[in-house]
Amino acid sequence: MLRYAVKRVALAIVILFTVMLAMYAMVFLVPGDPAALALGPRATPELKALLRERMGLDEPVLMQVWHFFHNAATGDLGYDVWSKRPVLDQILEFFPNTLVLGVTALGWAVVLGIALGCAAVVWRGTVTDRLLGILSVGLISVPAFVVAIYAILIFAVWLRWLPAIGAGTPGDIGSQLRALVLPAFALGIGWVGYLARLVRASLLEVMGENYIRTARAFGLPERKVVFRYALRVAIIPTIALLAVGLGSILSSAVFVETVFGRPGIGTLITGAVQKRNYPVVMGTVLFMTAFYLFIVTAADLLIARLDPRVRDVFRQ
Amino acid sequence: MSEPVLSVENLSLRYRVPGGAIAALRNVSIAVRQGEVLGIAGESGCGKSTLAAAMIDLVGTNAEVTSGVVRLNGRDILALSPVDRRRLRGREIAMVFQDPMTAFSPVLTVGAQLVDFQFNLDGLAGREKWRRARDMLARVGLSDPDHAMGRFPHELSGGMRQRAAIAAALLMRPSVLIADEPTTALDVTMEAQIVHLLRQLQADYRCAIVIVTHHLGVIAELCDRVAVMYAGEVVEEAPVDALFHDPRHPYTRALLACDPARIEAATGRLPAIGGRLPDLSSPPTGCSFADRCGIATDRCRAAPPPRVGLGPDRNALCHEVAP
Repeated sequence: MLRYAVKRVALAIVILFTVMLAMYAMVFLVPGDPAALALGPRATPELKALLRERMGLDEPVLMQVWHFFHNAATGDLGYDVWSKRPVLDQILEFFPNTLVLGVTALGWAVVLGIALGCAAVVWRGTVTDRLLGILSVGLISVPAFVVAIYAILIFAVWLRWLPAIGAGTPGDIGSQLRALVLPAFALGIGWVGYLARLVRASLLEVMGENYIRTARAFGLPERKVVFRYALRVAIIPTIALLAVGLGSILSSAVFVETVFGRPGIGTLITGAVQKRNYPVVMGTVLFMTAFYLFIVTAADLLIARLDPRVRDVFRQ
Repeated sequence: MSEPVLSVENLSLRYRVPGGAIAALRNVSIAVRQGEVLGIAGESGCGKSTLAAAMIDLVGTNAEVTSGVVRLNGRDILALSPVDRRRLRGREIAMVFQDPMTAFSPVLTVGAQLVDFQFNLDGLAGREKWRRARDMLARVGLSDPDHAMGRFPHELSGGMRQRAAIAAALLMRPSVLIADEPTTALDVTMEAQIVHLLRQLQADYRCAIVIVTHHLGVIAELCDRVAVMYAGEVVEEAPVDALFHDPRHPYTRALLACDPARIEAATGRLPAIGGRLPDLSSPPTGCSFADRCGIATDRCRAAPPPRVGLGPDRNALCHEVAP
């Protein structure tokens, strides 16, 4: 297990470095001088040169890369000349908003998705099962921003139950929670369908396994058969999907945050891309990559804890 | 003649399928006495695995017993409550499954599962169950039982897993052991070892064993008595020597003629029984084997065959067999 953990973490670090390099290359392949763009068409060459120097763009590319890696390793993601604040400060200001949204969205989707998946297994082959199947596929195929727009129309414009935009007044938990409902609903609804399908499929598959029959053949009570023998195996694909899901939900939060005008990582990064604000773009992408790798690695370690066959793949 | 420990009387069972039902067992009666090894033979789809599952009350949710009794140590188990039936499993009747690879949960150690399987053994501490499991692994010939207890199933070889499965079945000293194709998933060397092991254990524990297999060699090696099944019915029942030397039912004859080990003339061709199993969603009114039988007459197709007694422990389900 320890060996597997070490290898898995090492792999995560390698991936992180690769992403950093690729990101740097991509940003520099985009045409346009960020300093010129920042200062507008009437900037003097002296001013442009000064800004280029401030942004570190006058150094050789390899030096820039080295600084980038070195600073990132020490927790310094650069300085944003536009807002005159360190990049990390801005990320830490916006990220909690996005994380709360993502976790809430995935949270309610997990509870409802697993419940619907189990319900489909209990009533398998019946009308309920088929209706749940149609519902799930329907939920999966509707994009989050479409749900968002209709949710605003119905609950904010027509019914006036909930605020249409914003993240609520800072310090007022009640208003923040009210502002969270519609975005979390829009972001999570597709995952209800995914999870319901996945839980149904993996639970059905596991309940048909021979070892379930063995456990029954030795007279184990049904609760022990389901919880110790079936669910332990059936939950594994769900954990794997949830890890990927959190990453994907944080990136699709960009749309939902835009529609709802919610401050968050999505708003931060779209604004920065439009302004060619390299330090913020790279800092944010790097931060998100690191966060995503952390989640995926944690999920893999949890899966290896649950399934010994996974750890042994690395032993060979 | 001692009382049977396990008997099935006139058991009929069908599987509900979309648009009807498949009659998997039709009026099956069979019994096994203490210390006896009964073989159930037949081709795929003849109902032998369903019969084994019905004996331990493990048929699927789409199965429905339409008539008959399954008696274990004198009690009709089908009349018991689900909890009481569950309490019998493992303790009075246990099963060795076909595929040792999938018979154990992949995410729990062999030891943990062998302890779990003693659930119906009341008043025993976990430590004691662990010791019993370890001793049983040693008994079935695992050279390092302590090591094996801590391993996951995929870390053991196929032969070791099958030995562990047999150990699991014997853990609570059941009076009946049901082995569903116990050697089918193994190679020939391993098969011989497992057959040898089963013989040894049977001699030591004197439990009744029901072996379900399509492998006639395993039957000849192990069994005292054989029931041959065809299309959900027992078509012939006989002591093992009598069956191999003097098969009476045309199906048994055909089956024995197809055994590669018994072919005497080198024709270069493997004999096979022509035709196929009748459609069991609407079983034929006459003899099920009539369409594939060499000696079938009009009577065979029109009327169900009688069960003809052919001596002690011997009978056949056929119009054309003379007592």
